Amino acid sequence: MTLFSIPWLELTLLLPIIGATFIGRLREPYRARQWACGLSGMALICAQLAWFVTVTPTDAPIVEPRPGSLSQFFGVEVFELDDLSAPLFPLTALIYFVTLLVTLRTKMRRFSFAAALCSLSITLATIACRNHWGIIGLLAGGMVLPYVELRARRQPVRGFVLHMGLCIGLLVLGQFFADREGHRVHSLWAMAPLLGGVLIRSGIVPVHTWLTDLFERASFGTALLFVTPLLGTYAAVRLVVPHAPDWALRSLGLVSLVTAVYASGMALVQVEARRFFCFLFLSHASLVLVGLETLSAIGLTGALCLWISVGLGLTGFGLTLRALESRYGPIRFDDFQGLYDHMPSLAVYYVLTGLACVGFPGTLGFISTELLVDGAVETYPLTGVAVVIAGALNGIAILRTYFILFTGTRHRSSIPLGSRERERYAVLLMAMLILLGGLFPQPGVASRHRVALQLLEERVRTAGDKPHGEKPHGVARAERETLVP
Amino acid sequence: MLGSLAAAEWLGRLILAAPLALVAITGLAHLWDRKLSETATARLVEAVNVFGLAASLSLLGLMLWSGNTHVTVDLGNWVNIEHFHFHFKLIFDRLSIPFVVLTFALCGTIGAFCERYLHREAGFHRFFMMYALFVLGMILTASAGTIETLFAGWEFVGLSSAFLVAFYHERPSPVRNGLHVWAVYRISDAALLIAAVALHHLTGEGDFDQLLSVHSWPDGEVAQKVTEQQALLVGLLLWLAASGKSALIPFSGWLPRAMEGPTPSSAVFYGALSVHLGAFLLMRFSPLLALSPLLSGIVICSGLATAIFAAMVGRVQTDIKCALIYASLTQVGLIIAEIGMGWDYIPLVHVIGHACLRTLQFLRAPSVLLDSSALENAVGRTLVKTGGGWSTRLPLSWQHRLYAYALDRGGWDAWLNRLLVAPVLIFFRTCDGWERRWTNWLNGLATRPAASHTHHISPPGETP
Repeated sequence: MTLFSIPWLELTLLLPIIGATFIGRLREPYRARQWACGLSGMALICAQLAWFVTVTPTDAPIVEPRPGSLSQFFGVEVFELDDLSAPLFPLTALIYFVTLLVTLRTKMRRFSFAAALCSLSITLATIACRNHWGIIGLLAGGMVLPYVELRARRQPVRGFVLHMGLCIGLLVLGQFFADREGHRVHSLWAMAPLLGGVLIRSGIVPVHTWLTDLFERASFGTALLFVTPLLGTYAAVRLVVPHAPDWALRSLGLVSLVTAVYASGMALVQVEARRFFCFLFLSHASLVLVGLETLSAIGLTGALCLWISVGLGLTGFGLTLRALESRYGPIRFDDFQGLYDHMPSLAVYYVLTGLACVGFPGTLGFISTELLVDGAVETYPLTGVAVVIAGALNGIAILRTYFILFTGTRHRSSIPLGSRERERYAVLLMAMLILLGGLFPQPGVASRHRVALQLLEERVRTAGDKPHGEKPHGVARAERETLVP
Repeated sequence: MLGSLAAAEWLGRLILAAPLALVAITGLAHLWDRKLSETATARLVEAVNVFGLAASLSLLGLMLWSGNTHVTVDLGNWVNIEHFHFHFKLIFDRLSIPFVVLTFALCGTIGAFCERYLHREAGFHRFFMMYALFVLGMILTASAGTIETLFAGWEFVGLSSAFLVAFYHERPSPVRNGLHVWAVYRISDAALLIAAVALHHLTGEGDFDQLLSVHSWPDGEVAQKVTEQQALLVGLLLWLAASGKSALIPFSGWLPRAMEGPTPSSAVFYGALSVHLGAFLLMRFSPLLALSPLLSGIVICSGLATAIFAAMVGRVQTDIKCALIYASLTQVGLIIAEIGMGWDYIPLVHVIGHACLRTLQFLRAPSVLLDSSALENAVGRTLVKTGGGWSTRLPLSWQHRLYAYALDRGGWDAWLNRLLVAPVLIFFRTCDGWERRWTNWLNGLATRPAASHTHHISPPGETP
């Protein structure tokens, strides 16, 4: 048995779900956290190995179905990693691991570790799934857990259910028509519902209010885990981008651009930390979608790099906010808090992760933003300007909240408020990844560039099946610039 | 000749390595929450500045000796994919070498001064962390061989400046001013980024050597692909970036706010180095200005208007730091006008002389009363107040109007707030209220009021 013959992917998916059944029976939350951390840590290691196995070329003959894989049971390859999903897989596992790791005692009774492990399994399965119906089903499955938590907390769920129900309904409808049309550029009947579903899941304006609602009513950890893996964007890449006609992509790009600027402006005026984080997230997630729409190799590469940067940066940023919230309860930005003296390291992480999100030099986001702006300008010059404006507003919003939280006065406390070891290590890990990714970006960018070219190739293949010989948006350029030797 | 070229390249690398090491050491210490002792920090800062200064002076000497006025240090492609490369390159020419030497000399002086000035201050390590970032930003900006590298350095300077203005962060006023500075810098950064991308697309290069021809500064010419209109468009963006960084009107409001920081940082950053970065940017792109007479005209007018405005406002300031900073702004305005006129060496010499003089004046500012008394004791009589001049010949009503205008610092902040900031904030707050009503209606809840926005700290530009 070699490293390559072990079904790491399946192990990553099964470990958390098996662990969740065990942890669900534990009555002691402290032990539940320990087990959850251990299991998510193991899932992270398996996910890393699955990534390694996927991207490492091997001389060993390819055996299908892979021994121990789920394809042996189903007859078809249900879950498999490709160049797009390979780094997203460990990234998602990492997001869950650090979130579970920094859950403090004050939050333990409100946060379900078993549900978080179930959610980890479902989210990882979504990312590893390439089958369209599978993705839609898993997206629906992932929505159940926040719903259950909202119900358990006796919070109103109507808004969440309406949006998520509409999202899944539209995705099912769109996929139904898409299946009938086969592998070619989809018609309005298939694309409009698919696009609608993706836009709702991504929280694009004006169907974004479920997101602010979720952040306000669910636990911060659950909301964070539900949004930071960017499953809406993943659905867009798998379900929409390869088969989308021009108008669909232009619409996606336009509404995403509006959302990016709107959300950055909204982040600037928020007085509640969770709403602020939600809009900040929304702005960055929309920027990724803007990059996907450019359909230039550079813009797509920028979007895919930004995806990883946003995942890491916003998770780290959210965790520092969550760490503050565990000490104070809901945080508001209507008065200076002056916490710097009590938690200098958290203050540093807050700035670092926040700046990583807005593409500050030396962080992973810098090259991503450069690529994105470059690609956007190449397609539509004004898009590039809007992306830069959104980034500038986000930068102001982040420093504004930093100053409010950590400075302006001297906070007096009779109890120590400093960061705990596990918090420090978790955020330090994120910070190191952000900095190392920023200082040595070439391997990551090259890998994302490969994926961008594959996406463009897929669109070229789809265009070949299109009746009347018209070529959709981006294909002509792709052929000219990247695919034709 | 080849040996001197290799030596020059190595010296160029060392010039960058020195501040980089300082950032790495102080930054990692901050990240690990392990602080160096004050003595260790001071020695490290001294060593880095002496090392950097020695390397830059050696490079200058080598360039003079070999007659090579354009040393290129190619650090390779940071990112290289099919149609995009982020070239990391430094150039040392007649423009960048004086700036590099000036940076190390002034920052070294300030570093040594701060060891005592900030002794046992709670934010000692925080100051030197930001100081390190500032030095790195200045060196990167000054020696950048590509516009992307220049942008990275530009951002480092901006961030460190904002944090240094807010250095005394247990009081709300420095923090508000730090945020204001950051907001102006972000506008400036956005303009520079758009200019960088536009240049990339117009010429296919972000490389100064390709963009402004292979001739060394100031003999460079813009690549032939760029038309006059394109030069005007990119030039306007660069001028906007420079206006933000050098506090030209209408952005001049941040400069007196920056005086909230510790005096040494005010001296070296806003009085001497940071405030001249806008001028440096315009000097670096002077061939672009030469291509468009309209752009040159705009730059001259902007510089002269700033100089007149600052001279007027500076006369009514009641504290020494603000008086000095407006004197500084007057000179910056003149430097910008000189650049607009197409002069090369005059603005460069003006920058160097002005930066050194202003650093000295700022460092002596806390002792100004003592110095004045010493001077009076030495001459044996009270010093005669000078001034009045042409302003006394104006009608009294005009004198009063000008006085009120100067006292209000031209009202630029209020004007920007009323025209730009307030409408944006009102719009988003209204949207926020609507969103809250919508989600409540959707969830079947009674409408709760939108969150109160009469909060203590307001977004930049808004009157708290």
